[in-house]
Amino acid sequence: MPDYDVVIIGAGVTGCAVAMELARYDLKTCVIDKDEDVCSGTSKANSGIVHAGHDALPGTLKARLNVRGSAMIRELSDRLDFPFRENGSMVVATDDDDASRHGLEELLERGIRNGVEDLRIITGDEARAYEPNLSEDIKLALLVPHGGIVCPFLMTVAFAENAASNGTEFRFLTSVTGITRNAEGYLLSTGAGDISTRAVVNCAGVYADIFHNMICPDRPIHITPRRGEYVLLDHDAGDITGHTIFRLPTAKGKGVLVTPTVHGNILVGPNAEDLEDKEDTSTTLDGMNYIRSKALESVPNIPYSKTITSFSGLRATEDGKDFIVGESADGFFDAAGIDSPGLSSAPAIGEMLAELIADKFGASPRQDHISTRKGFVKPMELSSEERAGLIREDPAYGRIVCRCENVTEGEIRDAIRRTPGARSLDGIKRRVRQGMGRCQAGFCTPRTISILAEELGIPEEDICKNIPGSEILCSKEDRSDDQA
Amino acid sequence: MIRRDIVIIGGGPAGLAAAVAAYDAGSRDILVIERDDRLGGILNQCIHNGFGLHTFKEELTGPEYADRFISQLTDRGIEYKLDTIVTDVSDTRCVTYMNGSEGVVTIEAGAVILAMGCRERPRGALGIPGFRPAGVYTAGTAQRLVNIEGKCIGKRVVILGSGDIGLIMARRMTLEGAKVLCVAELMPYSGGLQRNITQCLDDFGIPLLLSHTVSRIYGKERVTGIDISEVDENRNVIPGTEIHYDCDTLLLSCGLLPENELTRQAGISIDRVTGGPDVRDDLETSAEGIFACGNVLHVHDLVDYVSQEASRAGQMASEFVSGRKRDHLSYLKVETSGGIRYSVPQYISPKEMEDSITVRFRVDKVYRDRKLCVYLGTTKLREQRKNIVKPGEMEQVVLLKKDLGSASGTDTIRICLED
Repeated sequence: MPDYDVVIIGAGVTGCAVAMELARYDLKTCVIDKDEDVCSGTSKANSGIVHAGHDALPGTLKARLNVRGSAMIRELSDRLDFPFRENGSMVVATDDDDASRHGLEELLERGIRNGVEDLRIITGDEARAYEPNLSEDIKLALLVPHGGIVCPFLMTVAFAENAASNGTEFRFLTSVTGITRNAEGYLLSTGAGDISTRAVVNCAGVYADIFHNMICPDRPIHITPRRGEYVLLDHDAGDITGHTIFRLPTAKGKGVLVTPTVHGNILVGPNAEDLEDKEDTSTTLDGMNYIRSKALESVPNIPYSKTITSFSGLRATEDGKDFIVGESADGFFDAAGIDSPGLSSAPAIGEMLAELIADKFGASPRQDHISTRKGFVKPMELSSEERAGLIREDPAYGRIVCRCENVTEGEIRDAIRRTPGARSLDGIKRRVRQGMGRCQAGFCTPRTISILAEELGIPEEDICKNIPGSEILCSKEDRSDDQA
Repeated sequence: MIRRDIVIIGGGPAGLAAAVAAYDAGSRDILVIERDDRLGGILNQCIHNGFGLHTFKEELTGPEYADRFISQLTDRGIEYKLDTIVTDVSDTRCVTYMNGSEGVVTIEAGAVILAMGCRERPRGALGIPGFRPAGVYTAGTAQRLVNIEGKCIGKRVVILGSGDIGLIMARRMTLEGAKVLCVAELMPYSGGLQRNITQCLDDFGIPLLLSHTVSRIYGKERVTGIDISEVDENRNVIPGTEIHYDCDTLLLSCGLLPENELTRQAGISIDRVTGGPDVRDDLETSAEGIFACGNVLHVHDLVDYVSQEASRAGQMASEFVSGRKRDHLSYLKVETSGGIRYSVPQYISPKEMEDSITVRFRVDKVYRDRKLCVYLGTTKLREQRKNIVKPGEMEQVVLLKKDLGSASGTDTIRICLED
């Protein structure tokens, strides 16, 4: 008997969405990831936008899965209790010429063919009536009322927790080094031992080509890590725009977007730079200068003095430009080349693959399937009376650890105790926003280290920012060795 | 609703001195609210000496200095709450706090003293390119981990920014057995006290690189190195000037920001330069009965000045609660120019002020051989020679009530540097 019916490689938003959808069926599933937590690669560093679906070429998988995925996210955000907001978006053009009008009309046409509702082209003045901070240079815009924004971390966590509550296992710090076929399916060699399974789902992001090519060497795919850098601004810059503002791509370039986040920050970016290195999530001075100046073309008074951090992410761009979703070899399923609109499409990718896999194995629906999940309690968003009641039940909710984002000890402990739970400072940050604010964890780091060490029963010196090697503290013994 | 005469937000040096002074001015119903598990604030982690030369005429460590005030507080039986965070202040002096034992409590205060201190500017706000590994700390966080938690944070250290905490930590990390490779400073001058440059860098042979900044951070998991580059007069990195340092730790001492979230929430007017509230000569903010002192008002160089300022805030708050009313129409704006960035207070009432008032300010760069001049309208009140003034050191000038007595309502007080 193989260890599992299905092993999903990669605990990003795609892998977790597949796990969540697959958990509807009576299958033994495991999600494995090389990192210490879910949402540690491409899923953690993107625009957080739920695209309406006007951008993808009609007839492509991207078009179909984007529109379906964005509809699913609306419903899932209620059921699985993660933040989503339909803030609407605009694609703005700075020229009132034929090229701009044609460009916007083409997007409108694509949107209509993809099934996106209520799109319309508006004048610059109408656009500014919605968003007064838009540049006077904007002459035309495509208004997309059903564009939305989501917290990519909490959406991924919600998918993972729901899958786990339905029996899906998660194995972290498990890096796949080889995949071979055997009589029952596949054998995965990992740094943490061999794992056998009937089916594999490849959701490995920028590494998906490596795993695909192990099994399908005759039909290789190639994924380029396309880096995008971002700048994040504090809440008090949050009223600069309510809509997500995209630029209409021109001959001069694609332009960058300016968007609110579901947590009230402002996000500016990304640029696009093709790299070789699948791990190069560094930021560059040129990149940051580029996105800052480009964004000003749409929204001229972005208060960059309120910048709280910058970061970059790698999109997994496949040479064929479309998503690769399906059974690529007997029992080997791909979700590869998931670049934009991957976040918006994730639940639809999960649904599609789960149906294919269930069909293949003739799996029956799980009888005791749990379809809901409760999000993290945010005491500071409750009324005083509700908060007081919560603190009476658990005093840890009365102790604020992170003052910038008003995160209590109770929330941090909850983030660690859930399944799959936070195992690192970044894991806590992505779940409950400790350290996500303007001081960027200056004050709360020592306290959070103590709580995490206490909950995990390990020394504080072993607490990591993310994966092993990113320990925050050093052991004193090491230091004296060093001096000796 | 619970009523208290004076509620003080923050139990650091400012809050402690304010509480003691309010008591000594006659108030008895005083509550100090502290978010940490002990009083003393940031002084608890400042285990180096050099505190209290002005206040106590002796050289104390930070915890010793704090302890003097904590003793004064407890001797007077002033009430304080620990592990308690203020979540809301209204311009009508309603203060809401929260803790694990009481839940959520709102107090109607006769007077409020804001003494929340400041925080550090983090890496993200500096826009340093590169990876985001472990091993990048603000200097104050590092100081807490090393001095209070007793932890080791790194072995080969580069420090960006020559603010006082950065300089102190250069020495501290050296004494802890780490190798501090250099301190880089973006500006052509240090933002810290001269005595700290001498005692913390020069005495340990740690180089200070002025007009330099970190241009890249290396290391995916933990810092493995950084590049330091020279900057031009516009503070932009000069390509090709980078020097690579192999290190596991980067400390940042790149400025302190008064922590005024509660102040803003209360709709109190904020000075764009200091980042703290605008105050009058009695340290009252734009909200009646809400006073401010210490680093929440403007970042100080010496804690002695914090104590002095906070004592005045405590006394003024006590007088306010006792019913002293001031004439709101009699205030003159204090304007600054010629290299002076700001003044505290921002408004002075010649009618209501005490016999003299100390106005504190900072300059925008290093100036030599200048005259510090004070004008009332077009009349020069005072001129004082200054051999050197530096941004890292707070300056002050004393104004006398008798000099300002002739002011008309439309006059301004102007403080400036002249050749």
